[in-house]
Amino acid sequence: MTQKNFSAAINEALHQAMEIDPAVICYGLGVTDPKAVFGTTANLEQRFGSDRVFDMPTSENAMTGVAIGAALNGIKSVMTHQRIDFFLLAMDQLVNGAAKWHYMFGGQNSIPITIRLIIGRGWGQGPTHSQNLQAWFAHIPGLKVVMPTTPEDAKGLLLASIFDPNPVVFLEHRWLHNTVGEVPDGDFRIPLGQARKVRAGDDITVVSMSYMTVEALHAADYLATRGVSCEIIDLRTIKPLDWKSVFDSIQKTGRLLALDSGFTTGSVAGEIVARVAMEKFSQLKSPPARLAMPDVPEPTSPALTRGFYVRAADIATKALEMLGKDTNTVKADLPEPVPHDVPGEWFKGPF
Amino acid sequence: MSSDLTLKLFRNMYRIRAVEEEIARRYPEGKMRCPVHLSIGQEAVPAAFAESVRATDFAVSTHRGHAHYLAKGGDLEAMIAEIYGKATGCAKGKGGSMHLIDLSVNFMGTSAIVGNSIPIGVGLALSAQLKGTDQISCVFLGDGAIEEGVFYESVNFAAVRKLPVLFICENNLYSVYSPLSVRHPKGRSIARMVEAMGVQIAEGDGNDALVIHQIMQDAVDEVRAGGGPYFLEFFTYRWREHCGPNFDNDIGYRTQEEFQGWQNREPISRMERALHKTAPAVMDEMRAEVNAEVQAAFKCAEAASFPAQSDAYQGVYA
Repeated sequence: MTQKNFSAAINEALHQAMEIDPAVICYGLGVTDPKAVFGTTANLEQRFGSDRVFDMPTSENAMTGVAIGAALNGIKSVMTHQRIDFFLLAMDQLVNGAAKWHYMFGGQNSIPITIRLIIGRGWGQGPTHSQNLQAWFAHIPGLKVVMPTTPEDAKGLLLASIFDPNPVVFLEHRWLHNTVGEVPDGDFRIPLGQARKVRAGDDITVVSMSYMTVEALHAADYLATRGVSCEIIDLRTIKPLDWKSVFDSIQKTGRLLALDSGFTTGSVAGEIVARVAMEKFSQLKSPPARLAMPDVPEPTSPALTRGFYVRAADIATKALEMLGKDTNTVKADLPEPVPHDVPGEWFKGPF
Repeated sequence: MSSDLTLKLFRNMYRIRAVEEEIARRYPEGKMRCPVHLSIGQEAVPAAFAESVRATDFAVSTHRGHAHYLAKGGDLEAMIAEIYGKATGCAKGKGGSMHLIDLSVNFMGTSAIVGNSIPIGVGLALSAQLKGTDQISCVFLGDGAIEEGVFYESVNFAAVRKLPVLFICENNLYSVYSPLSVRHPKGRSIARMVEAMGVQIAEGDGNDALVIHQIMQDAVDEVRAGGGPYFLEFFTYRWREHCGPNFDNDIGYRTQEEFQGWQNREPISRMERALHKTAPAVMDEMRAEVNAEVQAAFKCAEAASFPAQSDAYQGVYA
C-alpha cells in the first residue's frame, strides 16, 4: 500500500499493464506531451518506446477504428481523450464496430480495447467539456462502462479493464484526479461488475458513482449527526451493473436514493429506480428517488453554475424528506463550498 | 505464364459472377432474408486481388463484400449459409451478407456502415508493423466512402506512420442512386486528391483484370517492401440495383446508354474473347467446375440447420 493520488494510480496501472503484456499499447492526443494528460501517462514513452506509446492525429473516429483493427490481431490499445466530449466524434467506431464485433461475427474474435475518457466540471468547462454520458454507453450492448471513485479503484479497475476481452469505456472525473488514498502495489485488479459498499447503514441506500460518491459521503456524515444511518453503494462498474449489491442493500434499508452525475432523463439513476421499483417494490418503505443533473447543458459562467450541481445538501435534504424528517436547516448546515466551481481552492485552472 | 494468369483471372471472375447470379436467381424465393449487395459487373478488381496477395495478408471490406471475401479465399459454403441465416454461416447467422468473415484466410470482416471498415484495416496494418511481420492490410472501399471523414483520418494516420496498407477503391460512379456529379466537383480525381495526402497512387480501368493485376501487384510489392500506404482507384460499374437482385435502369437514375456503354466493357467476356482461341476447353471445364461448386454450396446452405433462437442472447460479451 502506498499513498498516491488518482492520477498517479492511473499512471501506475498503465505502467504495470504495459510491463505485464507487450501487446498493450497506449495512445491519444497529448499522451506524450509535457503535461501527460494530467500526469496519467507520464514516463510511459520513455520506458516503453514510441512504438507502443504515441501521440496521435486529431482523429477520434479513425483512431478508435485503428484500435479495433489492431485488436483483431491481438493488440490491446488504451486510448485516452482529455475530455469525453471529443470522443463523440467516434460513435460510429465505438457503437457500430467495437461494441458489436464479437457478437456480429459469431464470437470468433473480441475487441479488448480500453477508452479512457475524462469528464470535466466547473471552471467554465461549459456545455461541451462537462458531459457525463455513462447512460449512453451503458445503453449499448457489448460495451462495459467503468467509473472509478477512489485512487485504489482507479488502479484496480483500469488494470482489469485493459485485460478484459471486451471494449471498456473508462470514465475518469476530473475532480477526482487529485484525490489521495491508499493504493495497493503490484498487479492489483478489481473485477468489473462489482459495486463497493463505501459505508454501511440501515435507514437509506444511496447508490452513486464517480464524483457523486464524494458528495454522498459528505451528506452521510451530516445525516449521521441527524440520526440517519446511510448506506452508500458506489457502483464502480456501470455496465454490467452489480444489481445484487443494490438489491441486498434495499432489502436492509427499504429506501433508495439513486445519484447520477449525468442528465436526469434516461440516466443510470433512472434505470436503478425503475428496476428497484419493479422488482423490490414490496420491500420499499418510501417511493424511490433520484438526483441527477438537470436536463440542461452545463453553462460556463460561474454565476450560472452556482447551485447548479447536485451537492451534499441536496442529497441530505432528499434523504431527510424520504424519512419524514425536518429539512429546514440543511442548506445552512451544508452550504455550497466557496468557490463552488472547483474541486478545491488549490485548483487554479485552466482545465 | 501469362496465359496461366489470364486463366486464373477468368476463373476468379467467373466464380464470383456465378455465385452472385445464383443469389440473384434464388433471392425471390424469400429464403435469403437479409439485404444483399451484389458485385455483378465489378468482378475484375477482386479477381486480380486474389492473384496479388497472400493468405496471411489482411483484408476488410464493405456492404458489397461477397466478391472480396471470395477473392481472399473465404469459404463459399459458409458465406452462402450466412446469407441464408444458418448456424453454419461464417458469422453463425448473427451478421448476414454484410458481415462476412473468414479468419483462416485473414479476411477480417465487412461492415454495413459506409467507411466503417477503413480505419479497422489501418489498425490491422499497425498491428503488423508493431509485430514486425511483412503482412500488408488491404482495405476495400467504394467511391461513396471517399466522402466520409473517417477516410481522410485513416489515410492520414497510415501516411504518418508509413503503415503497410493498400486502399483499393472500386469507383462504380454511384452511391446508392446518387451519381458522382452531385457528390464531387467536376473534374477532380479521387486518386490525385489522395496523392496530395502523401500516399502513392495508381488508377486504372476497373474492368480489365490483366491491367488491374499488374497495377495491384506493383502496389502490393511496394507496400510489402515498406514503402508505406498505397491507394488504388479502379473505374467500374454496378449492373444491378444498389441492394437486391434486380436490374433497375427503369427507375430513372441512370440512362440506358450509360449502362450499355459499360456492358460493352464487361470484364468477363473481354477475357473470354482473349482466351477463346487458346483455351476454349479449359474455360468450359472451369465453368462446369465452378457451376457444380456453386450448386453444392447452395444445397449445403439450404440443408443446414438454423441456429437455436436462444443463440440470439449469447455472445454479447467475450
